[in-house]
Amino acid sequence: MLTFQFVPYSEIEALSSIKRINKLMKLVKENKIILLEGKLKSHEETELIAKTMEEIDGKFRGIELGVVHPESKDNMLLWHKIRQTLIDALLGDRKGFTIIGPASIIKEIKNDPEKIQLMIEEAASKK
Amino acid sequence: MAGIFKRFLGKFFRNLFKKKKDIKLGLYGPPNGGKTTLANKICQDWLGEDMGSVSNVAHETREIQIKEEITIKHKGRELKFNLVDTPGIATRIDYEEFIKEGMKEKEAKERAKEATKGVIDSIKWLDDMDAVIVVLDSTKDPYTQVNITIIGNLEARNIPVLLVGNKVDLKKSDLKKMQAAFPQYELIGISAKFGKNMDDFYETLFKITK
Repeated sequence: MLTFQFVPYSEIEALSSIKRINKLMKLVKENKIILLEGKLKSHEETELIAKTMEEIDGKFRGIELGVVHPESKDNMLLWHKIRQTLIDALLGDRKGFTIIGPASIIKEIKNDPEKIQLMIEEAASKK
Repeated sequence: MAGIFKRFLGKFFRNLFKKKKDIKLGLYGPPNGGKTTLANKICQDWLGEDMGSVSNVAHETREIQIKEEITIKHKGRELKFNLVDTPGIATRIDYEEFIKEGMKEKEAKERAKEATKGVIDSIKWLDDMDAVIVVLDSTKDPYTQVNITIIGNLEARNIPVLLVGNKVDLKKSDLKKMQAAFPQYELIGISAKFGKNMDDFYETLFKITK
């Protein structure tokens, strides 16, 4: 059985980067697939990777990570671009969502701009 | 916020006391993109020697390697830099993958352990780079979070980036898809193994480091 845990942005908003990463890492190590509202800052993503590397051992093999963060497109009309800029300013890192899961469960995350696909490890899907 | 300010101050003071000749040019990317093959090609072209060993098994480079004072001369111009070859950045390292490649369990576990340290070192060194060549395998899907994270971090740190699509000698190479994934960067397609398109590569290297 796969467990998805939704983490609203409000749950990590007030936390420091280290606390955010520790919280997410704790959930991943409980074999949960996290659906995080919004996204981490780019330096937090690298810190999450570094933390993952520190935690890797015989049992824990790492994580898979995917971020869907809609960007404004070049072919947008001017009004749409302005509206998008305002939305970006208001929502900031709240926009989009992030999937983080243990590598023992998620084989791969395909992150095409239009869709996101989770490839699950065969052994995990049979559990 | 405090982290960003601290990094900015660190970089500011490093730059203040740094001489121009100390330019650090980093090679970054996921494992098996061809970073060390490109490092070897650059070193062969300008020093007449290799930089590191290459292998089809991922995580062959597990320590930061530096080749100092490489001078490139191209169309009457000169560029001096220290080349920093970094271990590939990954979010997962499974020793069993190395066993599948024919390694003994003990050797595979040791390689995995060294590889995890290598990834941490690559990340730590990001702040020290003056310019970065991001080397991606052009036969692979460019839309991976590791690629996006590396490029996003360089962008956030205002570090100039040269995006290289390696392995263009292979049939599956798809530079159009790579360019679509990172439209904000000029993409140079090369084959580091066969030295294809290296003139364009050096030309663009001058552009990003000027």
